[in-house]
Amino acid sequence: MWRDALLMAGKDLRVEARSRVAIGQVAPFAVIVLVLFAFALDPSRGILVKAAAGLFWVAVLFSALLTVQRSFAIEAADGARDGLRLSGLDPAGIFLGKALAVAAELFVLEIVLGAGVVVLYNAPIHGYLLLLATCVVATVGMASAGTIYGGLAVGLRVRETLLPLLTLPVLAPVLLAATEASQAALDGVPGQGVAWLRLLGVFAAIYLTFGVLAFGSLLEES
Amino acid sequence: MTRTALLSRFLGVATLLAVIAAVIQGLVIMGPTIEQHEYSRLLVVHPPLAAVTFVAFGVTALASLLYLIPRTRRREWDQLAGASAEIGVVLCALTLVTGSIWGRPTWGVWWTWDARITTEALLLALFLGYLALRRIPSDVEVRSRRCAIAALIAAADMPVVHYATSWWQTLHQANFRLLQPDKQLDPPQLLGMMLGFLAVVLLYGWLLIHRFQVEQLEERLDREGLAQALTERRAEGLMPPVPAEAGSR
Repeated sequence: MWRDALLMAGKDLRVEARSRVAIGQVAPFAVIVLVLFAFALDPSRGILVKAAAGLFWVAVLFSALLTVQRSFAIEAADGARDGLRLSGLDPAGIFLGKALAVAAELFVLEIVLGAGVVVLYNAPIHGYLLLLATCVVATVGMASAGTIYGGLAVGLRVRETLLPLLTLPVLAPVLLAATEASQAALDGVPGQGVAWLRLLGVFAAIYLTFGVLAFGSLLEES
Repeated sequence: MTRTALLSRFLGVATLLAVIAAVIQGLVIMGPTIEQHEYSRLLVVHPPLAAVTFVAFGVTALASLLYLIPRTRRREWDQLAGASAEIGVVLCALTLVTGSIWGRPTWGVWWTWDARITTEALLLALFLGYLALRRIPSDVEVRSRRCAIAALIAAADMPVVHYATSWWQTLHQANFRLLQPDKQLDPPQLLGMMLGFLAVVLLYGWLLIHRFQVEQLEERLDREGLAQALTERRAEGLMPPVPAEAGSR
């Protein structure tokens, strides 16, 4: 399973490295979202700094939707899904690999966005350890839940509109917990963020398990 | 009369009686309370709706699980899951509406970001997504399997949201206004709420039977409609060729 997962993740990341969609389109999109927040919330009133954690995670959430769409768009083209089914790879491995690739892309994106928040919003950064842990765990949760839904929506005619409708409510707890944990880190009270970090961990564990168990039955169909 | 029809007739009559009893108890016999005034009458409607919402979504999750397990896979489980989810969404929306009506005079706002309200709204959004997925034209088997997984994800999210609210409570004590220490209800209020429960549960059962049957009929229509169209097209192929003068017009 793990070998298949690494194969799959390597394949997805190689496709990404060659096509540059994540770097060329998703990352600029996320930065534009940050800039738009600044237009919407007057930067001179100091709201941006106070809301920086929440705005950061909303931008990540939107980008996660695009990344998941992209991750399954490459499987939809040229009957790649049939190839995947015939490849004999473990479905659980395929799920883990795709989730891992999405998580890796999102993690790079979070670094870009974090720099954007510091530069554009003048937000001071504290509590690096908690921030890093939050980013890792929240990203794993987002990627695994997103990958399950990506697999659900793949091949349907209305997937572009369906995916956000299905995914956003499920990811709402991640947004809440990640925002609270990052806010605690930025406020210099990391102790308050630990409970939220635990919630993120529970979320990631539930959806990783779920994906490992359910992805096979998503793939085997026509 | 078949057994299902008999059951649905019986449930329908019982529902009607329970609703009438709940209305009389709630509007006539129950008086306004000192703390809540006239709004205490919502006790007959709101908690029963909220509870049966969870029953409905629970049935959806269970039926979806049974559908996913190959040994127990039957079309009926998928149809039951869809029927129950649809009723659950209506009940969930009504829970939010009645809660909002109560919140406006009591808290002064239609909506507040209280943990439990937010949870309920998320639940509604999750199952609206599930219903949207059910409506997508696709192969029946494929759709059913995807829907079953979506229902289980929505159900799996319920405990996460539940923990979120309890942690939220420890961090934002002041936000959590719904959970008050258990207060004794006066007997008329308690009876009103019980009648409300009975009415909503019976209503759910009655609606479920009918929605389930509609679901089965829809599938039959799809199947037999396709078969009929095929027969018609075949018959066209077998018809004598059109006379030349009619064809050259």
